Amino acid sequence: MAANVSKEIQVREKQEASVPAEQTRPGAVFTPDVDIFEKESELTLLADMPGVKAENIVIDLRDNVLTVSGEVSPPEGREEEDVMIEYETGKYYRQFTLSEVINQEKINAQMTEGVLRLSLPKVEKATPRKITVKAV
Amino acid sequence: MIYRPMFSLPSWRFRSSFSDLERMKQQMDRLMDVFSGYPGRGRSAGVFPLVNLTEDRDRYYIRAELPGVKSEDMEIQAERNTISLSGARKVAAERDDVKYHRREREAGTFSRMIGLPGEIDPDKVSASLADGILTITVPKAEVAKPKQISVKRT
Repeated sequence: MAANVSKEIQVREKQEASVPAEQTRPGAVFTPDVDIFEKESELTLLADMPGVKAENIVIDLRDNVLTVSGEVSPPEGREEEDVMIEYETGKYYRQFTLSEVINQEKINAQMTEGVLRLSLPKVEKATPRKITVKAV
Repeated sequence: MIYRPMFSLPSWRFRSSFSDLERMKQQMDRLMDVFSGYPGRGRSAGVFPLVNLTEDRDRYYIRAELPGVKSEDMEIQAERNTISLSGARKVAAERDDVKYHRREREAGTFSRMIGLPGEIDPDKVSASLADGILTITVPKAEVAKPKQISVKRT
């Protein structure tokens, strides 16, 4: 089942990210567009990161802060000259604060056609134990 | 009787100031192009997907960022000096019981025409899709390629 595909996609310029610290390497940093949804057992994040290869993605989770970043190598060949440039390429970077406790060991990430799919399984909550009081 | 307007019509005045603004904006855009040092940078056609057009001696390269678009959902047509690109980006629906926190990724159709500065060889256009980036390689027509001219000594 596919979501609404009849509508025409509107142009959105890539958003430059605000990075906490200055970069040592020059270059633009962009905020990837994401979908985040939650199921009972896990949180899933989908991020559009065109041009990023699977091995160039860094996912980091510490103190409930999830950081997703990806490096892009310029696709142009050496001999090529710009004629018309409508978008810039650069790194992707985005951070989220998570309210759920995530089972770090079971995090699963996949990269297909420039879309990152990250599943973050929640830590199973301790099932409440029923204590019966015996009458003596 | 001579008709002499006492006031210039406000509607006329408005229109004029708007076109002045438009002209000023265009001049600013041109100025920005000069400052940035790149031809055509920063101005976009406002049609999805945004494309980058580059060239070398023999070919043009058109690149577009289309994450999550499958090659079978895309159609490319080549003519004498235009390439048209159309397709659909489908965002697969998740199960009904999911709760969304954020929904920024857009699904929908797109179609775009890209005019090339010179004539091309439409039969030899090729396209590839890797990591969500579409690259269309467009060979230039023989007539449009730069010719090396040797100067003879007389």
